[in-house]
Amino acid sequence: MSTAVHPPVPDRLSPRPPSVQTRRRTNRSINRRTHPTWFLIPAFAVLLVFFFLPTLFNFIYAFTDWSGFKAAINPVGFDNFVELSSNGTLFRALRITLVYAALVAVFQNLFGFGLAVLLERDTWLNRVARIFFLVPVLMSALAVGYIFQALLKPTGGLNEMLGSVVGHPFDYAWLGDTTWSIVVVALIHSWKWMGLSMLIYLAGLKTIPEDVLEAAKIDGASRWRTFWTIRSPLLAPAVTFNVATALLGSMNGFDVVQATTGGGPARTTEILNIFIYRTFGQGLFAQATTMSLVLFLLVALMAFPVIYLLRKREEIL
Amino acid sequence: MTRPVGLSDLPIWRRLQPVVSLILVATVIGIPLWLVVVTAGKSQGEALSPDLSLPTEWHLLDNLRQVWTDADVPVAFFGSLLVVLPTVAGVLTFGSMASWVLARRATRLNAILYALGISGIILPPAVVTVVLLLRQLGLAGSAIGMIGVYMGIYISTVIFFVTGFVRTIPTALEEAAQIDGASPFTVFRRVVLPLLRPVLATATILICLYVWNDVFYAFFVIGGRLDTLPLNLFRVASAGLYLNNWHLIFAYVILMSLPLVVVFAIAQRKIISGITGGAVK
Repeated sequence: MSTAVHPPVPDRLSPRPPSVQTRRRTNRSINRRTHPTWFLIPAFAVLLVFFFLPTLFNFIYAFTDWSGFKAAINPVGFDNFVELSSNGTLFRALRITLVYAALVAVFQNLFGFGLAVLLERDTWLNRVARIFFLVPVLMSALAVGYIFQALLKPTGGLNEMLGSVVGHPFDYAWLGDTTWSIVVVALIHSWKWMGLSMLIYLAGLKTIPEDVLEAAKIDGASRWRTFWTIRSPLLAPAVTFNVATALLGSMNGFDVVQATTGGGPARTTEILNIFIYRTFGQGLFAQATTMSLVLFLLVALMAFPVIYLLRKREEIL
Repeated sequence: MTRPVGLSDLPIWRRLQPVVSLILVATVIGIPLWLVVVTAGKSQGEALSPDLSLPTEWHLLDNLRQVWTDADVPVAFFGSLLVVLPTVAGVLTFGSMASWVLARRATRLNAILYALGISGIILPPAVVTVVLLLRQLGLAGSAIGMIGVYMGIYISTVIFFVTGFVRTIPTALEEAAQIDGASPFTVFRRVVLPLLRPVLATATILICLYVWNDVFYAFFVIGGRLDTLPLNLFRVASAGLYLNNWHLIFAYVILMSLPLVVVFAIAQRKIISGITGGAVK
């Protein structure tokens, strides 16, 4: 593919070299034969039917009165949006989803980064410890949710331990607090995925060239200084990847919240997908579709800079 | 192997680090896993209010057996396999075919197609309307419909990983095969596909992890008509039959997590290098 880049070498014996443009064109037609377009068809057919078409439907059925109670589907304009925003559901679910996503992004990256720094050296103990931190990643998020539901009950294991530390019985309902339960659930979500973030930060730490670190040492940089001014900035690609996946993954989250609080108490942890699941179960398909569209728009809005960054990084590679 | 500079070289830290790591593993990971094992080993009466105490008498095998038969675990297990295997095979084949062409033909149209192809990594699937679409296609509630939906969601992951990887492979090998008269399909199957093995391994692991553990999409597409392990766990944990039967819920959790943990234990080194190799370079 790079053959078209070289400037034509003037040579009296050969006829006039073909212009760069014709060469690029022949190159392209050869490429078309050796890498046929039909190879793209199965993948994009699947994407079209099972991904883009439903997404397009989202933009249609959010403006109808589609429900499980009657067969006819009629257009109703913005009624669903008006209804959902006038009773406050829309903005509350949006706010909760964003808070949840931000909390998960912060916690998951702090934990993942901390673990990566802690377990950086390749001793056997660290290898074993890394494997243990990967177990939650392998487990189903639903199972993780049930484990913490049991652990965080007012009479559960955590309060039992805290009680024995402080000396008197402790019965705080970790998952029953209208203000703080969202933070607890975000911590559980981060607990499940921190092992993956750790792996990616570890890989990032290992890519930092030794000579750069050596140069810093020769220049007399302290260990802390080296860490914060050289190693941390070079972790940028790992940070991009981790923050993006944590942020977008938790906006699309469901299992952990469903298995711990189910959206409660008083719907203070009801993120968008919980709402969609609940209203869909009640047969209110149009409302569920409307929220699904809201989630799509929310993620799409936040995703454009992310896609840009990911592609940018690939160009550098 | 010692690094010239780094936090890990401080002498005090060298002494402290193993202790800190051990304490963290024991509390952060150990306690929740301990809770699962001891509760799954308890009798119904003891497990009513789950705590960290040891069971007075171990009933682990009885509980596993009860879950196995009462909750129809074998059916759900085969349901999961029925969905996971074709999904993984499909996304890997179709995804790598498309990625190869996308990586090798750098036209503007392909740049757009690539952007569309990877958009599914980030954009959330339309879970509600996909049900309507499947109903129109006559695939509602079927394994084929579920496989299609999963493929639509996760093919983006394959395209993202594989396209990036193909770009790092020199074209010389392919060109040699082309000059020898190999058709594009032969070049792809015999030359390109074997080279993709490491990145396909990574993609396989990630997609198995996502699909094996998914309950959200399964609930919308096949809820009630085909059983998968997470769907079954969700049903038994929310149904009256198992309400607060923590010993059975955790016995189920053990049964369900075991296959992935075993696969991981066997291939952990490969898996770790696979996951990290794909994400950060």
